[in-house]
Amino acid sequence: MLKYLLWPVALVALVLLPHGLSFSQQEILVFLTINVLLVSTYRLLTLTGEWSLGHVVIMGVGAYASALYTKEFGVFVPVSMLLGGITAALIAILLSFPLFRMKGFYFLIGSFAAGEIIRLLWKRFREPFGGPKGIKGIDPMPDFSIGIYDFDFFEPISYYYFAGTIVILCLWILWRIEKSPVGLTFHAVHWQDKLAEASGVNLRAYRTLAFAIASGFAGIGGALMAHYVGTINPNSFDVEVMVFVLTWAIVGGTATFYGPILGCVLLTVLNEIVLREMGFEQLRPLIYGAILIASILFLPNGLESIVQRLTRKEAKS
Amino acid sequence: MTDLLEVKDLTMRFGGLTAVDHLSFTVKHGEIHGLIGPNGAGKTTTFNMISGFYKPSGGQVLLRGENISGLKMHEVARRGVVRTFQHSTLFAELTVMENALVGTHMPFRPNIFAAIVGWDKEDRRGAEARATEALEFFGIDHLKHERAGDLSHGHQRALGLAVAYASHPDVMLLDEPFTGMNPEETRRMMDLMEKLSHEGITILIVEHDMQAIMGLCDTITCMSFGKFLAEGGPDEIRNHPDVIEAYLGGSRNVA
Repeated sequence: MLKYLLWPVALVALVLLPHGLSFSQQEILVFLTINVLLVSTYRLLTLTGEWSLGHVVIMGVGAYASALYTKEFGVFVPVSMLLGGITAALIAILLSFPLFRMKGFYFLIGSFAAGEIIRLLWKRFREPFGGPKGIKGIDPMPDFSIGIYDFDFFEPISYYYFAGTIVILCLWILWRIEKSPVGLTFHAVHWQDKLAEASGVNLRAYRTLAFAIASGFAGIGGALMAHYVGTINPNSFDVEVMVFVLTWAIVGGTATFYGPILGCVLLTVLNEIVLREMGFEQLRPLIYGAILIASILFLPNGLESIVQRLTRKEAKS
Repeated sequence: MTDLLEVKDLTMRFGGLTAVDHLSFTVKHGEIHGLIGPNGAGKTTTFNMISGFYKPSGGQVLLRGENISGLKMHEVARRGVVRTFQHSTLFAELTVMENALVGTHMPFRPNIFAAIVGWDKEDRRGAEARATEALEFFGIDHLKHERAGDLSHGHQRALGLAVAYASHPDVMLLDEPFTGMNPEETRRMMDLMEKLSHEGITILIVEHDMQAIMGLCDTITCMSFGKFLAEGGPDEIRNHPDVIEAYLGGSRNVA
C-alpha cells in the first residue's frame, strides 16, 4: 500500500517544491534537475566497468549541437534538443573506435584526452563554434500553454517543469534499459568480460552501446542546459565540472540506480544552500573535497549503502 | 560418427617459444574427447586457440569444415563452440539465476528497443525457462537467488557448466573441470558430463586428473612439449610407451 502511494506523493512534492524556494534557489533547482540526468547517464556508462573523464564534454557536444541547429538551421527547439542528443551519441560511437582499444586506467586517460581535443576544437574554430567566447544568444525554448499551465520560459519554475518532465522520461528509459536483459549483459561485461564473451556476447558492441546511450542522454542534458542559460562556451564543460560528476557518483555510490542521484541531490543542496547560507563562499571547494575523502574512507559503498541498510532493517522488522 | 571439430597443423608461438607445434587431431560428433599431457605441454594454449581466445600463429581449426581459427571468442561461441574456464570464473556479484540468464544470451538475443517498450516479454520468459532448465540439469536450481560468489566450490563449477549449457552448445570445451575437487565431487562431475554427452553435446576436456579422464573419455589425445604424442582409447593411452615416458620421464628400461 505504502509503495503505491510513494510515487504519486514524490511527484506532488516535486511539483510543489519550487514554490517554496527563492528565485536563485529555483535556478539552482533547474541545474540540479539537469545534473541528475547527467550523473545517471554517467552511471549507465560505468555499468560496463569503464569510467570516463570525457562525459561532460560529450554533454557539451549535445549542447553545442542543439544550439547550432537552432541558430544555423532554425530547427524548432525541442526537436533540436533531441537532435543534439543523437549527435552526442554519434560522436561517442566515433570516439569508441580509438577509445575502446583501451581498458581501465588507460581508457580513463584516453577519454580525458579525447574530451580535451573536442574542447580545443571548439576554442580554435570561431566558425561555427564561436571560439573561446562560445555561442551567445541561443534561442530559448518557445513559450507554450497546455491549458492548465502556461509555460513562460523566463521563469525558472516553468523551465523546471519542462526539464523535469524530460529528465523523468529519460530516467525511465535508462531504468528500463538497466532492468532489461541488455542491462544484465552490461553487468556481465563488467564483472567477467571473458566469460561474457564465451557466452556469445560481443564485448565491443555492448561497450559501444552503453557509451552511446549514456552519451546520447547526456547530450540531451547538455541541450536542456544550453537553451536555459542561453550561452555556452568551452569552459562550461571543462574537467572541473567532470570532477563534480565524479564526486556525486562516488559519494552516492554506483551500485544502485538511485545512488548517484542521491549523491547529486545531497551534495548540491549542501554546496549551494547550506554552505552558501553559512557564508563559506571561498571555502566551498575545500569542504567539497573533504567530503569526498571522508566518504571514501568511511562510506566506501556510498550513500546508497545507508539507504540499503535502512530498508533491509525495515524489511526484517 | 562424423568429424565435428578438426584441428589441423595448429601452431602457436610466443616470441621464440613454440607452445604448440603443428598439432592435429579430430573430435568426432557426440564423443567425449580428452586432451592430456604433462604440465606445459600446451593443452590450455590449444584450448585457447580453438575457443578464439588466442589467434593461432599457424594452422587451422575446422568446425564442420568451416575454418574458425582467428575468429573472436564470441564469434566462435555463436557457431556453437562454448567454453568454460579454469578456476571458478563466474559473475560473482550476480545471482545464480542471473549467471544462467547471461548464458542464454545467444538463443535469446536482447533487443534494446523491445526492452524499453516492453515487447520482449516472451523472450524474457523463454530465457528464464531455459536458464531454469540449465540450473535444474545441474541440480542447482534451489540456489537460484544466492550470489554466485557465495556458492561452494563444487556448486560454482556446476554453475560454470550451467552457464555454458544454457546457450544450447554443440561442442563444450571444458578447461580442467576437476581441479580442486574431492573424489566425491569429481564423481558427481563425471556423472554430469555423461549426462551432457547423452544430450548429444560433444565434449572436449583438458584435464590433469587421469582417473577421471580415463573413466570418462571415448578418445584421448596426448601431447607433450607442444607436439602430438599419441591418440586412442583409454586403455591404449594407459599402456602407450611414449605416454608413460612423457609422464614419468626417462626411459623405462633404466629401472
